[in-house]
Amino acid sequence: MIYLDHAATTPVKPEVLAAMLPYFTEHYGNPSSVYKIAQRNRKAIDDARAVVAEHLGAQPNEIFFTSGGTEADNWAIKGIAEAFKEKGNHIITTNIEHHAVLHPCQYLEKHGYEVTYLEVDPDGLVTAEQVEAAIRPETILITIMYANNEIGTIMPIAEIGAVAKKHGIVFHTDAVQAIGHLPIDVRAQNIDLLSLSGHKFYGPKGTGALYIRRGLQLPPLLHGGGQERNRRAGTENVPGIVGLAKAMALAYEDLEAKNAKIKALRDYLIDGIMTQIPYCRLNGHREQRLPNNVNISFEFIEGESLLLLLDMAGIAASSGSACTSGSLDPSHVLLALGLPHEQAHGSIRFTLGEDNTREEMDQVLEKLPSFVERLRSMSPLYEDFVRQNS
Amino acid sequence: MYSQKVMECFMNPQNVGEIENADGVGTVGNPKCGDIMKIYLQIEDNIIRDAKFKTFGCGAAIATSAMLTQMVKGKTIEEAMKITNKAVADALDGLPPVKMHCSCLAEEALKAALWDYAQKNGLTIEGLTPPANRHDEDHAAFGEEN
Repeated sequence: MIYLDHAATTPVKPEVLAAMLPYFTEHYGNPSSVYKIAQRNRKAIDDARAVVAEHLGAQPNEIFFTSGGTEADNWAIKGIAEAFKEKGNHIITTNIEHHAVLHPCQYLEKHGYEVTYLEVDPDGLVTAEQVEAAIRPETILITIMYANNEIGTIMPIAEIGAVAKKHGIVFHTDAVQAIGHLPIDVRAQNIDLLSLSGHKFYGPKGTGALYIRRGLQLPPLLHGGGQERNRRAGTENVPGIVGLAKAMALAYEDLEAKNAKIKALRDYLIDGIMTQIPYCRLNGHREQRLPNNVNISFEFIEGESLLLLLDMAGIAASSGSACTSGSLDPSHVLLALGLPHEQAHGSIRFTLGEDNTREEMDQVLEKLPSFVERLRSMSPLYEDFVRQNS
Repeated sequence: MYSQKVMECFMNPQNVGEIENADGVGTVGNPKCGDIMKIYLQIEDNIIRDAKFKTFGCGAAIATSAMLTQMVKGKTIEEAMKITNKAVADALDGLPPVKMHCSCLAEEALKAALWDYAQKNGLTIEGLTPPANRHDEDHAAFGEEN
């Protein structure tokens, strides 16, 4: 199989699994207990926290482990809404956020909050100026994703962070797609809250973290025991936390060299598709995009049928995001770029990983044109197009 | 998520194409939903001699179009009128609930093509009403029914 859906999830690296395994069996103690086998686990969590902090440019006591990116996003957004409700009720975000941000925002709208959904440009970008123009006296939170999961566009986070700082507004970024792939420095970029997820960079599923800038009072989302310094209740997922940290350390090893390789394959695939297949559109910013993301609309055909043909040929890709396949609506991200519905329906995302090869890209480029041609030959939209242009 | 039968029909669809000077043509669906089905019928002596289709849509939409055209060939108009969306779905060993609307679309496309045939020939087909593009409505209505 040629796996090109790394933005959906990644396999756990053998080194990561090896680091985790002892914590399922021999080191099973509850880190909150006093005896030795438990205390060793407390130390494992502390060490993991230090590793995550280091790669974000944060302090260990600013890192809080969660069950994943969705929990981190919910915690950040609902927590700030609650903590600052006396100050105001306005939130600024974009119209291409992941549902883990959009849906908490929509939830808050039902409870008296107002949300500005900034419109992205045709490449999926918002500017710091747009953010600044949307600020009101009652704005309490700016939440803008670091990089988009579908189209890979990277937002100008440092500039937005500077605007947030200037106006004294809390800035959260959903960095789930960026962590492990891009260098991040929460201090330099003025980030107050940052969500991350382990399984996007060869760590285990069900793991994540929220960075909370020191001094920021964020009430808990989950109430219960005193874990995570009274801010996130629930017995720690020790193997998961160990695995997340190990994966993060590995991800940032030789990051530049790995990215250079992946980016070269990405560009090879994009150029190959665009030159071999007519009536295609690359979605997302050409330069300011994740090193591993390819998102292309194939006109006159529908994405799922193309995915099925690719799957039968042993190529795993996705249309929209994995979270929305099964729903019939086209991607809100692609519609936000201004794509007509039929083009939004005809989009495929290929997301590359560290192990993909040039030979695999060649195999995709060998098969894809005939699949597109085959579906176009069945398409009444293509028939109309050919008739009008003949 | 799809049955073996759906995948077979999708991978090797029968009756793809157009019929020149077709006796009845029906197009339903719209780009907004991501499904457009166009059915061509050749009808002689009240019998559907040939049926072809072109479909823009998901795997289920293509499979249901192909199955429908197979099912109507050789049938009288009255027999074809009795083909329901459920019959098409059953012939495919079922569809996932979220894809049942594709079978509705196939039934509507057939009826739209028959309506076109009736209009062209000044005929009345019992039980046939003018095609309203019901597919403009919310998908959820179809999904929940099934």
